[in-house]
Amino acid sequence: MTYPSTTGPAPVLALRDVSKSFGAVRALRDVSLELFPGEVHALAGENGAGKSTLIKTLAGVHRPDAGQVLLDGAPVAFHGPGDARDAGIAVIYQEPTLFPDLSIAENIFMGRQPRRALGRIDHRATHEATLALMQRLGVELDPDRPARGLSIADQQIVEIAKALSFDARVLIMDEPTAALTGSEVARLFGVVRTLREQGAAVLFISHRLEEIFQICQQVTTLRDGAWIASEPLDGMTEDDLVRRMVGRDLDELYPKQDVQPGEIALSVRRLTREGVFTDVSFDVRRGEIVGLAGLVGAGRTEVARAVFGIDRWDAGEVTVGGKALTNGAPSTAMASGLALVPEDRRAQGLVMDMSIERNIGLTGLRTTVKAGFMDRGAERSRSLDWAVKLQVKYARIADTVNTLSGGNQQKVVLAKWLATGPKVLIVDEPTRGIDVGTKAEVHRLLSELAADGVAVLMISSDLPEILGMADRVLVMHEGRLTAEIPRSEATEETVMAAATGRAAA
Amino acid sequence: MADFSLSRAVRWDTVVGALLIVVLLLSFGTVDGFGNALNLSFLIGNTLPIALIALPMTLLVVSGEIDLSVASTAGLSGAVMGALWNQGMTIETIIPICLLLGVVCGLINGLLVTRLGLPSLAVTIGTLAAYRGIAQIVLGSDAVTDFPTQYLDFAAGRIGDTFIPYAFLPFLVLLAIAVVTLHATPFGRSIFATGASEEAARFAGIRVKRQKLILFTMTGLMASLTGIFWALHYASARYDNATGLELSVVAAVLLGGIDFDGGKGTLGGAIAGVFLLGALQNVMSLQDVSAQSQIVVTGVLLVLSVLGPRVARQISVARAGRRAAQTLR
Repeated sequence: MTYPSTTGPAPVLALRDVSKSFGAVRALRDVSLELFPGEVHALAGENGAGKSTLIKTLAGVHRPDAGQVLLDGAPVAFHGPGDARDAGIAVIYQEPTLFPDLSIAENIFMGRQPRRALGRIDHRATHEATLALMQRLGVELDPDRPARGLSIADQQIVEIAKALSFDARVLIMDEPTAALTGSEVARLFGVVRTLREQGAAVLFISHRLEEIFQICQQVTTLRDGAWIASEPLDGMTEDDLVRRMVGRDLDELYPKQDVQPGEIALSVRRLTREGVFTDVSFDVRRGEIVGLAGLVGAGRTEVARAVFGIDRWDAGEVTVGGKALTNGAPSTAMASGLALVPEDRRAQGLVMDMSIERNIGLTGLRTTVKAGFMDRGAERSRSLDWAVKLQVKYARIADTVNTLSGGNQQKVVLAKWLATGPKVLIVDEPTRGIDVGTKAEVHRLLSELAADGVAVLMISSDLPEILGMADRVLVMHEGRLTAEIPRSEATEETVMAAATGRAAA
Repeated sequence: MADFSLSRAVRWDTVVGALLIVVLLLSFGTVDGFGNALNLSFLIGNTLPIALIALPMTLLVVSGEIDLSVASTAGLSGAVMGALWNQGMTIETIIPICLLLGVVCGLINGLLVTRLGLPSLAVTIGTLAAYRGIAQIVLGSDAVTDFPTQYLDFAAGRIGDTFIPYAFLPFLVLLAIAVVTLHATPFGRSIFATGASEEAARFAGIRVKRQKLILFTMTGLMASLTGIFWALHYASARYDNATGLELSVVAAVLLGGIDFDGGKGTLGGAIAGVFLLGALQNVMSLQDVSAQSQIVVTGVLLVLSVLGPRVARQISVARAGRRAAQTLR
C-alpha cells in the first residue's frame, strides 16, 4: 500500500490518523505527522494538547487505538520502547538520567561495551568510539569524565551521543532547552543542525516560540488532542503559531501597565553569602516589576532564597517596608509581607500529595485560625477564593495538586502566596515549563499586582519575559550584580552583555 | 475522579477499624474467656502502654521522623522512680522528676536530629541502647515493688465491675488532645505538610526544626509517663521494664495506616491499629500461644502493615495514573 507523497525523500517516520484514548478522554484524535530526513520538525501545542502522548506513541510506549505508525512508509507495531529504539528512534528528555558514577563513555555504551578476549571490556575502543561520536557532534567532552557534575546541557549531549551510537535516524527532543542557558541552547542548536545535515529527522518540542522559529523548518500544531495544521514555518509569525495553538487571538503576551513607582518596599544592602553571592544591593519600589536576569548559576535564586530566609546570609541587611528581617527565618519574612514563589514548584512550591485547598491553606496557618483551632470554613473559602481568582482549572478543590497540569500547579503556588496579601512578591522563573496561554495570564496577574502597589522582583531566564515585563532589569554575573538597566535601554544585547560579564552596559 | 482515587488510598484506617470490630466480634463468639469484663479490662490495661506512646509516635511518624528509644525512656524513668523510692522520696516528688527526665531524653533525641541533621532512625537506635544502659546503672538488677497502694490500685484497678480500667479515663483525655492537635490545629497541619514534603513546608514558612523538637520532646514526656504507669500497673520497677515495646508501638501505628515516609494517616487509624494488636495479643494469650510466637506475629504484622496501605495505594495510583495521563500534558 502506498501513500501519495510529496516529491523528494519519503518520510522516515510518520503517524497516519492516529487516535489514542485513556478511559473516556481522547488524548489524540486522528493525528498525522510526517518526519523527513534532514528536517527539524516542531511540535507545538499548549499543555494538555497531546504532545506527550504523541511522543510516547512514536517512542513505542503507547500503542495507538486506531491509525498507523509508518516506518519508511511501512506500517509497524512497536511493542515497547526497545522496538522503537532498534528501529532507530531515540527520545531525548528534558532531564536526562545518566549513571552519575560512570564515565561519559561508559554511560553511552552501557551494557554493550566493546569486548576484548575473555569478555573483558575494551576501554580503549570505548574511549575512541565515544571520541568519534563527540567529533561527529562537534563537541568537546572528555569521554573518561564521570557523568556526575555535568551540566544538564552536557548530559543531553551525552544522551544524543548515545542515540547516535544506536544509529538513531529519528531524534525526538522533548523540551530539551527548558533548563538550559542561552549559550547552552546555542550549542545544542549547533548539534541539532549538524545532525540535520547528516540526514537525521528531528522532532523538536519547546514552549519557547522563538526557538521553534530559530531551528525548525516544519511545524505541526495540536490542540486538545486534535491535529490542527502541519506547515512550513517559513512565512509564519509567532502570532500565527500562537493562534493555531490556542485557537483564538491571544491578548498580548506581555501586558505591562505603566505604573508610577511608590516608596521602597524591599531593600537589600550589601548582602553576601560566602562563595555564593557577594555584596548585592538593590531596592524594589511599590508598583515596580524589577527583573533579575543572569545565567543559570549566577546566584539569582540564591539571593532570593537568602532574602526570604531559606538560607542564611553571612553579611548585609534586608528590610521590608523599612523593617529589618531576621536572618534565616522565612516565618518572620512572611509576617513582614514578603512572599516567594520558588523556582521548583514541585519540590518547593507545593506539597504534591496535598489537596489544592490545603496547599493554599499552608500560608494561612496563622490567619485561618479560631481560638487556636483551624477554622476550616475560613480556610476553604480563602482557598476557593484564590483558586477562582487565578482561574485554576480543577475538578474539586480537595483534589491533590499532582492531578493538575504544570500551568495550573503554578497558579496554585501563586494563589497560595497572593492569599497572604504580600507587599513584596519574589517570583523565581514564574512561567518555566508552562504553556503560552497560562504564561500570558501569569504576566497579566503580575502586572495587575504591581498596579495595586505590590513590589515585584521577577527572576527569569526567559529574556523576552524580562524585557517585556520589567520596569528595571538587574543583571547578575558570577555572584555579583553587574548592571542595572532601565526599561528604555534594556535589550537582549545589553542584558546578555552584562550577564556574560562582557563590558559594563 | 482524582477525589475517587484519593478516597481509595486514604481509607486504610477504616479498613483497620473494621478489622478491629471483626476481630472483637469473632473473639466474643469463639474464644473462651474473652468476653468477660475482667479479661477485657486486662486487654485494655495491657494495651495502654502501647496506646500512650502511640499518641506522640503517630505525630512523629506523620512528620517524617521516628523514635525507637521510647521503650528505653520508659524503662529509664521506671528505674529512676524505683531508685528514688528506695531513697525514701515521696511518690508525689518522684513523678514530676521522672516526667522531667523524659522531657530531657526526648530533647536530646530532638536536638541530635534537628541541630546535627542526623537521621532519627540512627539517633534513636543509639539512645535506645544508651537510655537502657543508664537504667541498668541506676537500678542494677533490683526490682522495686512496694509503691503506695492507692497508686498501684489506680494503675491496675478497674471501675467497679465494668471492663474499664481507671487509667483508661486519663488516656481518653490524652487521646482527645492528640486527635485535636493533629487534625484540627495549625500545628497539626504543619506536621502533615512537613512529613509530605519538608522542603515545601520550609518554603511555606513552617518552622520545621522547632516543630520536630517539640514532637521529640512530647514523645519523651509520654514515654516516661508510660514508664511510670508500667511500673505501677505491674507493681514492679525494673531496669528492663517495657523492653521491646517500641516494636509494638511502631507496628501498631503503621498497621493503623500511618505512612512510614510521613505525611499520611489518621490518629483514629493508629489507635485502631493499637487495639487490634492488643486484642490479637490477648486472644493469643488466652489460646496459650507462647510469648515468643506472639513476637513473631507482631513482626509479621509490622511487615504486612507497611505492605498493606502501600499495595492499596499502588492500585489506586495506577488507576488514577491511567486516568490522569491525558490531563497531564
